[in-house]
Order: sequence, then structure tokens, then C-alpha cells
Amino acid sequence: MNECIQVKGLYKTFRSKNQTLEVLKGIDLTVDQGEIFGIVGFSGAGKSTLVRCINRLEEPDRGSILIDGEEITALSKDALNKKRRQIGMIFQQFNLFDSMTVRQNIAYALKHADMPEAAKADRIDEMLSLVSLTEKRDAYPGELSGGQKQRVGIARALANEPKVLLSDEATSALDPMTTISVLDLLKEINEKLGLTILLITHELEVIKYTCRRMAVMEAGRLVEQGTVEEIFQNPSCDTARSFIDVYRKFRE
Amino acid sequence: MSLYKYSFWEVFKHSFSAEVWEDVLPAIGETMYMVCISSVFVLIFGLLLGLILVMTSKDGLTPCAPVHNVLGAVINCFRSLPQVIIIIVMLPVARALLGKSYGSNACILSLIASCVPLFARLVESSLLEIEKGKIEAAKAMGSTNAQILFQIMVPETVPSLIRAFTNAVIIVISMTALAGSFGAGGIGYIAVTYGYTRYNHDLLFATIIVLIVIVQAVQLTGNLISMSILKKRHLI
Repeated sequence: MNECIQVKGLYKTFRSKNQTLEVLKGIDLTVDQGEIFGIVGFSGAGKSTLVRCINRLEEPDRGSILIDGEEITALSKDALNKKRRQIGMIFQQFNLFDSMTVRQNIAYALKHADMPEAAKADRIDEMLSLVSLTEKRDAYPGELSGGQKQRVGIARALANEPKVLLSDEATSALDPMTTISVLDLLKEINEKLGLTILLITHELEVIKYTCRRMAVMEAGRLVEQGTVEEIFQNPSCDTARSFIDVYRKFRE
Repeated sequence: MSLYKYSFWEVFKHSFSAEVWEDVLPAIGETMYMVCISSVFVLIFGLLLGLILVMTSKDGLTPCAPVHNVLGAVINCFRSLPQVIIIIVMLPVARALLGKSYGSNACILSLIASCVPLFARLVESSLLEIEKGKIEAAKAMGSTNAQILFQIMVPETVPSLIRAFTNAVIIVISMTALAGSFGAGGIGYIAVTYGYTRYNHDLLFATIIVLIVIVQAVQLTGNLISMSILKKRHLI
């Protein structure tokens, strides 16, 4: 299988006047083409920073990030903007634009797409039916439920037909039923479009439900990586064990 | 009609007489002229400076401490001065620029000097209300800074910007009345010369009524527009 995302020796430190906080301490990670890869970790482990470094919403201090063989950290501002259009991202708080309708939110992502208006309109319709929100096309985000908002977020993130989707706690603000439906949608898109998805979460059940491979993150390091089954059967670190304990307690 | 000779009720009734409004009506025209022209300038330059403040701030899209700090300091200087003092300071400026230091246009200059910095700060705080996540989402989609500014930040905060502008216009109105006593004409001039100097309290009442009605109308309009946008977006 081809590697889609390759992260090597990634470091990131937040500096303020009084303190420095080393958030990423040498991350090595490979996500294969077309897989859904999950990273689990407690709050403050650095998961969000890691995923935000991948499209450089945060600038890493050093290390390398390859997406489809292209070095992200070396891109100029313009090149980065172009590349970002090939990397979709969805967020915990959805981050839809309240001033735009569902349709306009998706259209915004296509602003730079090099295609005629009619093709853009078709693409928007296609995205709307992909996330089953065709009848909500002219609604404002304020009228939608959390799950519907995240569906719009997904449609918006996929409008440019990216190869990669970054999911930053995308289901953490949703109730369990809605979480399942959003995860089903992600799985469906993954199969249908061959989209590579990197998702981070603090809920192990999300990973168990969606991913084949996973990593456990703790204090800026990926302390364990492997297939979900391997880690469930034979967790080698305390963090993984405590996540699995919590998972089992909830299931009992 | 003076309150020293007539009862409050008589003076108040007389403030609605044709005789009084003969003087007041043209003054309303002058006041509206000053308020409208000043408000347009306040809107344009206040918005511009507010946007620059937000863009250049430490967490802004194009951080630039020197621009941010100098602009902030200049705005603070103007904002430290009470309106009366700004009017006095702007008199020679008006003379240099417009040839005379009295009249409506000279007044407009002081209104701009006082209210642009005020509105710039209001714009700044409105724009800062936007959720950071929306800006990040736009960045993650490869938006340019200009797009983020004009297609995301401004439209997203427009209800708040409209409220801010409403407040600014009301302050422009009150300052116009003040400038009236420095030869600007308009409602303020009537109130000071007739109402204060000549004890024509019926005229003074009339000016008070006019000011209250104008300010209410402005506030109501601002609220209505802002609320209707929020309603359209289903945010209230």
C-alpha cells in the first residue's frame, strides 16, 4: 500500500513569556492511502496540535510532513493554500459560516476551484446528496441540528475532492446516535471515494468502530501504534490499558 | 416663551407651535446634513481602521506590531480628548483646510476626528467576537487573507457591526448638537442661542423633542436591521 501521510520527527513547542510547553516530542506516523487511521489520547496529549500541524494551521518547529510525497513544511504561502484545498478538515465545533446557507457554505470551498459555474453547482448537489442534506440546501446553519451541521462540514471538506480528510474531534460534540451516523458516513465515503481519513478523538469507541489501525498518544508522543485488534488484545502501555478499561466499563 | 414667566405646561405646548418650528425645521436640515456626511466618513474610515487594527494584532491574519501599536496609540490619543476639546483643536485645522473655522463643514471635520477613532474601536471589538474556529476552517480551505476578511469576518459579524455603527451615529448626533454652540448651526445652535442665552424655553423643548425622536429612530432602525439579519440566519 502507498503511504498517504508520512510524519517524521515532528516537534512543536508553544512559547509564551513565562513558559514553554513542548506539545509534540518527535512524532513518527504513517497513514496509508485509503485507510481510516485513529489517534486516541486524553485531553492535552497533543492530538489536536498534531492534526493541525498536518495542514499547518500550526507551524511545526521541526520535522517532516509528507502528503502524497509532497513536503508540506517546505511549501510557500501560496503553494500551501493550494495544497490545503486538497486536504479536507472537519472540526468539533463544525465551524460553519452562519452568514451563508448550506449551499453557500459548500460553494465557499469551491471558490478557487478551476471549473465552470455549472460544474460547481453540480458538485454542490452531488455533495449535498452524499451527506443526505439535499432538502436543507437553502437552510442556514442556525436551523440545523449538530449532526446535520457536521454533515455540512463534511460536504464542505470534500467539495474539492481531497485525498485526505483530517477529523479534529469531529464527533465529540455529538450525541451517541448522531456520532454513529456521522461515523457511518465517514466509513461510506472512505469506501466510495477511497478517501484517506486521519481522525483524532478521546473516545476509543469511535476508533474501534471506524478504524483498522490506530495510535495512542500521550504527552506529545505516540506511545503505541498498531491495528485496533492488536492494541485491544495486547495493550503495551498504561494509557492504552486505561482507555481500554474505560471502554469496557462503559460496555458492561 | 420663558419658564420664568409661564408655566411648564404652557411653554411645553408652545414648543409645538408653528412659530417655533419655523426656526427649528431649517435647523433639523442642517443637523441632518452634518450627521449624514459625518456618518458616511465615520463608517468608511472607522471600518478601515478597525479592520487594520484586527488584521495587524498579535493574533491577527497579518500580525504587524509597529502598525498596530502606532495606530492604537493615535486612536487612544483622539479618544482621550473630550468632544469639546476636539472641536476647539479642530478649529484651526478647519480654517487651514476649508478656509473658515465655523459652519457645518468645519463641524463635520471635528465630528470625524472624534467619532472615527471611536467607531474604529467598536469595529475592532465586533470583529474580535468571531469564533476563531471559523477563521481556521477558512484557512484550512486555502482561503486568502482578503477572503477571510471580507467574505468571512465581516459578513459573520455584520449584526454586531450594525449595532456598533448605530451607537456611533448616536454619538455623532449628540456631538453635532454640542458643535452647534461653536458656530456649526443646526439644532445645537438653536438650543444654545435661543434656549440658553435668550430664555426661549419653548425652542429649547422643541430641540429636545427633535433630538429624542431622531435618536430613537436611529436606534430603532439599527436594531431592526441587526435583528432581521440574526433572524434570517436563525441565530435568535
